[in-house]
Amino acid sequence: MGLIARPDSTSAPTTSGQQGAARVVSYQPQSSEGWVATKLDFLVNWGRANSLWPMPFGTACCAIEFMATAASKFDLARFGMERMSFSPRQADVLICAGRVPFKLAPIIRRIWQQMPQPKWCISMGACASSGGMFDNYAVVQGIDTIIPVDVYVPGCPPRPEGLIYGIRMLQEKVMRERMSNTDRLRREMDPDPSSRLFIPPPAIDELSEPFGNSVNQTRSGL
Amino acid sequence: MTTGVDPLWEAPIRIVYPGSADPTAPAPATPTNVPHRGGPENPSAAAIRARFPDAVRRVDVVWGETTVVVPVNRVLEIVRWLHDEPLHLYTYLSDVTAVEFRDPEEPLTVVWHLRSLAYRRFLRLKAELPAGAPLEVDSVWSVFKGADWLERECYDMFGIRFRGHPDLRRILMWEQYLEGFPLRKDFPLRGRFSRAEQLRQALAANPEARYSMEELSIADAFEDLPPDMRTRLQGGEPTGE
Repeated sequence: MGLIARPDSTSAPTTSGQQGAARVVSYQPQSSEGWVATKLDFLVNWGRANSLWPMPFGTACCAIEFMATAASKFDLARFGMERMSFSPRQADVLICAGRVPFKLAPIIRRIWQQMPQPKWCISMGACASSGGMFDNYAVVQGIDTIIPVDVYVPGCPPRPEGLIYGIRMLQEKVMRERMSNTDRLRREMDPDPSSRLFIPPPAIDELSEPFGNSVNQTRSGL
Repeated sequence: MTTGVDPLWEAPIRIVYPGSADPTAPAPATPTNVPHRGGPENPSAAAIRARFPDAVRRVDVVWGETTVVVPVNRVLEIVRWLHDEPLHLYTYLSDVTAVEFRDPEEPLTVVWHLRSLAYRRFLRLKAELPAGAPLEVDSVWSVFKGADWLERECYDMFGIRFRGHPDLRRILMWEQYLEGFPLRKDFPLRGRFSRAEQLRQALAANPEARYSMEELSIADAFEDLPPDMRTRLQGGEPTGE
């Protein structure tokens, strides 16, 4: 399947050579950045990664698992996320938990546009990531067709451990951001003016092709 | 916005306690050994047959629940009688929905679920819409105000028009939805348009332009609204972001 790259992925993610140590946030001494810049980066990223304020966008059963994640047993506050921001203007990370119908598409898009930079998005569960089993007329086939997504958490619904793992991955992603790398700086993505979509329409059609049983459900008997 | 007071709203509120029409009746219990077909019929079915002898096509009792099949043009009359008649008092409309069968003769059936709280009865009315005719049926909104959204949903999903409904428009899908009526048998599961086109149309909708003035409760402040909002609320102008 030929995927079309998103506009913000112009530079390939830097792999530090060793695959096993890919999760270690490292500052190579041979880096051309200065000591002050790297330390400032580290300080800013450390602060951002450990105080991500989530904007919960719970539409379905994934939201129940999200609530369990935030409750005392799994305790999202351990990762600096104890403050649920139910207003997008005070939020850092949009956690879309559950399926998004087409009627909600402009709403989640507006919520995303209201969030200030820097902002991240976690797509929680199969439905938010791909439409899941709802391969029908009413459900968006993956919220990445509406807003850019940083971390996909698989599962139907994912257990709280899964969501916490996704959050940890997002924190590592935040820790890797460099002010000197302007290509990878977070900036507002503007949709394509003609289609008003982030992904070209042929790519959306290709990504949301019917698969499995739904191929047979598409045709009509009458 | 209506001027004047609807006489229906001026009617005194009467509180109905379940089973209050017959205090000597035994307390309700979960029925056991209910036959699939047959069994005791709801007494209201016989009453409908006596009152409207030419209007009852069929009475079915399935799993203890009585279904009365009536012609489409008699539904409002029968529902009103069932609601008003002191011996029935079907004061609660649980649901209005429709079923489409793969039957070329009578493809669509509209279903009303009525409940009599006073007599603890449940009655299902069905009306088969004839093939070829426009999908129209009388609204029961004049009897039950709660039929408003139920009929809107039925219209949204099946395209059945309810004559006399005050505000018949889509309720689940957005108002600019162009693909048809999703619960019809000839509607493809994934919709008629491509995914990109569906997304484009959905994103072009303005989330705030979906409500009528009454729903927004700003009808009183209408004159103070900004002009663009006034235009939008007045005429259902299609808005893009």
